[in-house]
Amino acid sequence: MAIYRSHVLVCGGTPCLLKGARTIRNLFQQEINRYQMADEIRVVETGCLGPCDEGPVVIIYPEGVMYSRLQPTDIPKIVEHHLYKGRVVEELVYRERKDSKEISSKVPLEGEKYLDRQKRVVLRNCGRINPDLIEEYIANHGYEALGKVLTELRPEQVVEIVTASKLQGRGGAGFPTGLKWSFTAKTQADRKYIVCNADEGEPGTFKDRLIMEGDPHSIIEGMAIAGYAVGAEEGIIYIRGEYHLSIERMARAIRQANEHGLLGKNIFGSGFSFQIEIRSGAGAYICGEETALIESIEGSRGEPRVKPPYPGVAGLWGKPTVVNNVETLANIAPIILNGPEWFRSIGTESSPGTKVFTMLGDINNQGLIEVPMGITLREIVYEVGGGIPGGKGFKMAQTGGTSGGCLPMEFLDMPMDYDTLSKVGSALGSGAMLIIDDTHCIVDVLKSFMKFFCHESCGKCTPCREGNTRLYEILTALSAGTATKAHIQLMKDLARTMQLTALCGLGQSAPNSLITCLRFFADEIEAHLNGKCPTGVCKSLATQFEAV
Amino acid sequence: MAKANCPLPTSNLSEILDKYKQSPGSLLEILREAQAINGYLSREVLQLIAEELGIPESKVYGVATFYSLFKTTPTGQYIIRICESAPCHIRGAQDVLATIEKTLGIKPGETTPDGKFSLEFTSCLGLCGVAPAMMINDQVFGNLTGDRVREIINSF
Repeated sequence: MAIYRSHVLVCGGTPCLLKGARTIRNLFQQEINRYQMADEIRVVETGCLGPCDEGPVVIIYPEGVMYSRLQPTDIPKIVEHHLYKGRVVEELVYRERKDSKEISSKVPLEGEKYLDRQKRVVLRNCGRINPDLIEEYIANHGYEALGKVLTELRPEQVVEIVTASKLQGRGGAGFPTGLKWSFTAKTQADRKYIVCNADEGEPGTFKDRLIMEGDPHSIIEGMAIAGYAVGAEEGIIYIRGEYHLSIERMARAIRQANEHGLLGKNIFGSGFSFQIEIRSGAGAYICGEETALIESIEGSRGEPRVKPPYPGVAGLWGKPTVVNNVETLANIAPIILNGPEWFRSIGTESSPGTKVFTMLGDINNQGLIEVPMGITLREIVYEVGGGIPGGKGFKMAQTGGTSGGCLPMEFLDMPMDYDTLSKVGSALGSGAMLIIDDTHCIVDVLKSFMKFFCHESCGKCTPCREGNTRLYEILTALSAGTATKAHIQLMKDLARTMQLTALCGLGQSAPNSLITCLRFFADEIEAHLNGKCPTGVCKSLATQFEAV
Repeated sequence: MAKANCPLPTSNLSEILDKYKQSPGSLLEILREAQAINGYLSREVLQLIAEELGIPESKVYGVATFYSLFKTTPTGQYIIRICESAPCHIRGAQDVLATIEKTLGIKPGETTPDGKFSLEFTSCLGLCGVAPAMMINDQVFGNLTGDRVREIINSF
């Protein structure tokens, strides 16, 4: 195998590709060829590096220098000065934006952190390896954990390790993964299934997309380990139909794993067989709900089932089925290799480990970060996120995507973990952090949230189907200045009814944002009763009344 | 909309059905591939699928109308799906939408008279890092502004 003196890693995540990363990669190769350095320097397309807003992003190793916002004209300069003459092109180096403290130009080499706050467990390989080459995953301890469980551990020991790690499902609900596995492991059946829920659709969430694009083998390895632990030989990854690049990279990774004997029959001569199939969705948010997802895999409308029975006992085709989120599965191999104590040493006592957050909205550094659980909102917004652009003030953060609650300024120092957030009526959810500055109107933002749920409610149960539509109508009336005081109480009643009686998580959590806003932003909402919108947003929107 | 009168491509459809008939639960795959033939799923296509799979037509129709990527009426050659979720909303999706509406002269749910473009809303595309975002058929676009979206549309 050839040894290269330098590696140029070009981010190949969708956000960077949209900003021209392929052109940048080709230009690097072209310039490197021109200097006849092709046998010394290798150009690699890699997974997401995090700062999506700063794309296209490139890291050059061994120095670990990250360049951002690259234009085609920058490339000859970098190749000539950095790669040929050995001088870093300072003016193109990635720096955090002004409002936050300066960081060094160094980025995640072994043992370094490009932001003090980040800890990369799930994203361990994202931005470091070429996701299209299984050899690079293997060279970074890939499939070691699978080898270990198949040759050294009994299935029940694997379940014990995952239970001891206290890993919680990273899709949104935070259910203990080990416990979930134990239900399926205990149930006797001729067939069992492992389903990876990659139907990411929570607005503001794109972590699963970037994990699949950046490190697809980490998911395959996690699924195979889960299969061994619970006694399943078949796995299905359900990826939403809109994620073309994720589907392509996962399919390639599965093919390579099969060719290397890491999937298929009798893996590592252990007698354990496991195969994975990809199924893709066709545009329905509700399919992220595990029983709706199962319905969809079976070729039906993605409508949730009445629970119990839970999928762990009777899921796909009525057989015991483990449904785990992408990020959850990507945590499995490191837990097996480093042990549950190591995992519990990260994060908080009740929510150990790290969480991948997507930061977006009115924030300087939009993008993907992985931090220990328990980080405060203030740290996310003002340290990792680089503050709010344009000198505007913080109004609120919606945690956990559109089904999460909205937290005002008073909650900036609240630790982000499952327990704490659910106590205040919000949720950690999928890890989406939507930051909203003080120029936005609460009613307008709530309308946007509710419009989403009107569209995505599957219509099976009345509280969700009707509730969301009525809430949207009332909010529209508020923004048009035609609502009355009675409407506020009606919204509260509807919201409470939905929380208590909707069939699945969609309907139960849809009013979270409204309920929290009615509590924390009551004055602003009630001002609309008198035809006043304190931010002035609704004046212009009143004419754009539209039905769903 | 000339496509509406296309003859039913039964040969392609039967190939698709043969490929999936034996694997249970492949209705979504069948519909996806069947739609690729004509751009939408006509009543006749749905009937044929139901007959061949031995399931009620109502079930096939129910599935075809449940998922937003399936179309039961003819659409434009290019479907513009603009993200309307909150992250794109607060980053100016409304302005982008207004530009598209003005450029093409259609509203969401409509198709241009020449049958080239259809416009519709989509839920979050997971491109929030580069909001506002949209898809045109299989291609994704981010960091949209009025000027950029006009440029993109003209390139089709």
